[in-house]
Amino acid sequence: MKDTSPESREVLSLEAITKTFPGVTALNDVALSLYPGEVTALVGENGAGKSTLVKILTGIYQPDGGTIRVDGAETRFPTAIAAQSAGITAIHQETVLFDELSVAENIFLGHAPRGRFGLIDWARLRVDAKAILERIGARLDPETPLKELGIASKHLVAIARALSVEARVVVMDEPTASLSQAEIEELYDLVERLKAEGKAILFISHKFDEIFRIADRYTVFRDGEMVDAGRITEVTEDQLVEKMVGRTMDAIFPDRTFDPGPEILRVEGYRHPTEFAEIDFTLRRGEILGFYGLVGAGRSEVMQALFGVTRPSAGRVLLDGQEIVIRSPADAIAQGIVYVPEDRGHQGAITALPIFQNVTLPSLPQTSRHGFIRMAEEFALAREYTERLDLRAAALDQNVGNLSGGNQQKVVIAKWLATRPKVIILDEPTKGIDVGSKAAVHAFMAELAAEGLAVIMVSSEIPEILGMSDRAIVLRDGRIAGAFEREDLTPEILVRAAAGYAEVA
Amino acid sequence: MTRFLKSREAILLGALLALVFLAETRFSGFAAPGNLVRIFNDTSILIILALGQTMVILTRCIDLSQASNLALTGMVTAMMNAAMPGLPVPLLILVAVGIGLVLGALNGLLVWKLDIPPIVVTLGTLTIFRGLVFLVSGGAWVNSHEMSAAYKGFPRADILGLPVMSWIALATIAAFAVAVNRTSLGRAFYAVGGNPGAAVYTGIDVGRTRFWAFVIAGGLAGLCGYLWVARYAVAYTDVAGGFELDIIAACVIGGIAISGGLGTVTGAVLGALFLGTIKNALPVAGISPFWQMAISGTAIIVAVAVNRRRTPGRIILKEAKA
Amino acid sequence: MSLTEGTRPRHVPDRLSSRPTRILRSWELLLFGIGVLIFLANTQASPYFLDPWNLSDATFNFTEKAFIAFAMALLIISGEIDLSVAGIIALASTAMGWALQWGVGAPGLVAIGLSVGLLCGAVNGVLVTRLGLPSIVATIGTMSLFRGISYIVLGDQAFNGYPPELAFLGRGYVFWVISFELTLFLLFALLYGTLLHFTNFGRQIYAIGNNPTAATFTGIRVARVKMILFLLTGLMSGIAAVCLTARLGSTRPSIAFAWELEIVTMVVLGGVSILGGSGSILGVVIAALVIGLVTFGLGLLNVPGIVMSIFIGGLLIAVIALPRLVRLLRTGRVT
Repeated sequence: MKDTSPESREVLSLEAITKTFPGVTALNDVALSLYPGEVTALVGENGAGKSTLVKILTGIYQPDGGTIRVDGAETRFPTAIAAQSAGITAIHQETVLFDELSVAENIFLGHAPRGRFGLIDWARLRVDAKAILERIGARLDPETPLKELGIASKHLVAIARALSVEARVVVMDEPTASLSQAEIEELYDLVERLKAEGKAILFISHKFDEIFRIADRYTVFRDGEMVDAGRITEVTEDQLVEKMVGRTMDAIFPDRTFDPGPEILRVEGYRHPTEFAEIDFTLRRGEILGFYGLVGAGRSEVMQALFGVTRPSAGRVLLDGQEIVIRSPADAIAQGIVYVPEDRGHQGAITALPIFQNVTLPSLPQTSRHGFIRMAEEFALAREYTERLDLRAAALDQNVGNLSGGNQQKVVIAKWLATRPKVIILDEPTKGIDVGSKAAVHAFMAELAAEGLAVIMVSSEIPEILGMSDRAIVLRDGRIAGAFEREDLTPEILVRAAAGYAEVA
Repeated sequence: MTRFLKSREAILLGALLALVFLAETRFSGFAAPGNLVRIFNDTSILIILALGQTMVILTRCIDLSQASNLALTGMVTAMMNAAMPGLPVPLLILVAVGIGLVLGALNGLLVWKLDIPPIVVTLGTLTIFRGLVFLVSGGAWVNSHEMSAAYKGFPRADILGLPVMSWIALATIAAFAVAVNRTSLGRAFYAVGGNPGAAVYTGIDVGRTRFWAFVIAGGLAGLCGYLWVARYAVAYTDVAGGFELDIIAACVIGGIAISGGLGTVTGAVLGALFLGTIKNALPVAGISPFWQMAISGTAIIVAVAVNRRRTPGRIILKEAKA
Repeated sequence: MSLTEGTRPRHVPDRLSSRPTRILRSWELLLFGIGVLIFLANTQASPYFLDPWNLSDATFNFTEKAFIAFAMALLIISGEIDLSVAGIIALASTAMGWALQWGVGAPGLVAIGLSVGLLCGAVNGVLVTRLGLPSIVATIGTMSLFRGISYIVLGDQAFNGYPPELAFLGRGYVFWVISFELTLFLLFALLYGTLLHFTNFGRQIYAIGNNPTAATFTGIRVARVKMILFLLTGLMSGIAAVCLTARLGSTRPSIAFAWELEIVTMVVLGGVSILGGSGSILGVVIAALVIGLVTFGLGLLNVPGIVMSIFIGGLLIAVIALPRLVRLLRTGRVT
């Protein structure tokens, strides 16, 4: 086992790393090794612990246990600076940038070049920023305020920032998620160059084609544990998926037969000034309509417009054949359209309030008399729907923030079911929740559809789209890139439509 | 250049020039250099305090205790001067700044270490510091005749045609222009206020950065404590009562976003000058000084409405990018 | 229909802890304890303290401020703040004085005071909910504007000569030592307590204060709720203005100067989180009583008002800092 040849000695290794948060074990006894001049792909489902690992590597989180070694020497990263000085840099999944600052400053904040008297040398900073941007093939003016850039350009700035420090280890957390095909190609070139420079790269991605294209090694995480690692040449895509998911694909999704009811929702010519255009689709009772696309393709934006959070600039929405006008979520709810948002903690649950209050919040008129609260009825309603979703909680007056992600999601879904909706929109319903809750949510969606509810499911996970949808619509850059019946759905079709391969080829 | 013309500072500068022009039409001589210098000198204290407040607001905090800090340090230096007229003025200034720094650090520590919302902390210290003025003075006044000539004379001393007070304000502006734009602490203020979560990723300690902002604001308030008392040649418990809101008004008018991370030294200075000019223009324009409060209130509302941050949402459509 | 076929859903109890435990661990009890201690200290400090008429006099220290504090508590729980309340008092009182010059009688004066309060609240509400301005800055602006208008109208003058019928509202007694203002205080405490804790509207206030985005996403009309709260705060300021004007019998533009900070202190001392989302009316009631007791007790000891403010400011910081300090020393973390 011991490999002593100098070029494959690990730069960075993690042993027995454990990290827990209230209610959830994010990482349990995981190990990871990175080698100079090699790309290690880290794969795992959402919530498998990949982002937590990145935060530990970059000094944002402190592990509860385990050791980090750099060049074999045990070390700790108490701050982001410590990790950076140890030669570790990262492109984070969320943009951790500053809207009000310029592109150049975003790249160099915290380690700007200094001139006389230790003062920041802006002239050199701009020159250096320009050089780095050119190096990654980003045609951006370093002086532009960041807020004026689109998502893809912001991501390029994040990449430039990561490469602005002298690093030996580069962590890339889904670096291609919001890039165009041309930009992705440039990123691959960049990865090759970094490899040639002898840097160790940790590459986190959901896209198997790119993993097999650029990775030398792989590590698989599942539910916060490391389940396998090895050379990429020694596995197949199917094997990786199986290790990731822990069973074969057919087993995870409920069996269901699609028995389409009458059309309930029709969207025509939907358009928003900056977010989406030419959105037309229909939805039938009992149907699960999948919406697939890359991060930032505009799926959530379309759904939030339907739910009245944002205002579209044109288009019609027909519910049961009647044109309806939705100006606010209150309007949408009154019409029977409800939305389970992707950003649970921010938009979905009110984490500082107890479970029963979260569930009854949109149904208060139902549980009250003349505007006065009747707590007994509140508890009864909350009990009815949380039991239906098999919520695991200590008590109904427990704060939602103390529940695990999966149970928080159940509270949000229970809240909407209590309003007896006609159309339920689920945005990334299983993102970041444990496998058990995931299966429960999937089974529940199938039940709801069988009961005649119309379901829209936005998902970035191909297996989920394939396993759950009766039909699927793919969005790219805010427009519909394709609509597919269940029998036509394959991973390749979805990926092609979402990434726009057809245009490049 | 075009970026500057579109900036908040350019709009404010335009408004300020228009104000001066308007005053000139009502009272010829208002825009004369001598009068403008006098207005600047009158506004010096507000400028210095607004710069300190700007640092605090940039980090998404607020300091309501500056005026009380000023009153306390001013009273202490005045009493020291009255008791020991021989003490050199620079030493008194040092004492003033020192006390100010300590009071600012107290605010900063409560915000940093105990994570108490800044508005609560400084609301508390506002009343405590003010009460301490009464405690140390016993409610007595320190009047002009009890102060030494050197003590009173220093801010008014003329150097190259400008009073020392103006020079101190100019030096503070210059120091902040450099510190805010070209030191890591200065940039950290922007980062912490603009996106505290992301600041952590860049290795910036959010709490510590806020602490330093409060320390700076406190030190400047201490300096102004001496300047205020020496200039007006009187110290009493209610010195600069309610002035904390004028300072915040200057910042808001200067385009410093109360939500943090946005604002410039130029803006803060212009905001203070705007208020200072109004204060000086009213009497010459024959308007009762009682109008001043309503005008600055309106200016605050207009400024914050103009500077309102708009969130455009995500830009996804390709054609919308340009 | 349950998900796990064949098994009954697990039973989740309604409540985790019993009512007594929740009460024992509450902020209100802590504050009440402090209040009792101060009360006992006062009885030791001065023989005049326990006189019912003295105690009754003491209530005037806080009643008018507390009216506003009740509405302010709701506003702060919803995540906003109104620093213009003292400015509203000045403007409302000035409007009353101005109307007095035209021979308007007591009922008309009351109506004018309340209307001006409501109108000012509407201005704040529009600035915050329609224009989207941060309330802390917008209301600093309107604070100067409202009081500034008073200064424009009055300058260094004052309005005097309010009709004697008005005086009852500020100085009258309903029964024995129970003043009209104290009665109003108890009534408002009951009203606001009910509104916040027992109605759908109150529930929505908490939801908005904890997470305005999620509240919007749950169909709560956030802007409308906040608008109502600004109107209520304005109205309560109008009521306070009427009572204060009646009590003082005159209007100067400096009336109720810096009250906004004392009112916010009362609310925060009462356990309302300045960040929004939590707090109770009971807490505010106790805080009002504690502040009243401190002011009165120190007054009996001939301690000047400005020194009392040290005590109040210190209390404000101490009650928030102490639990955090203990946690910091014990666990090394504040939260």
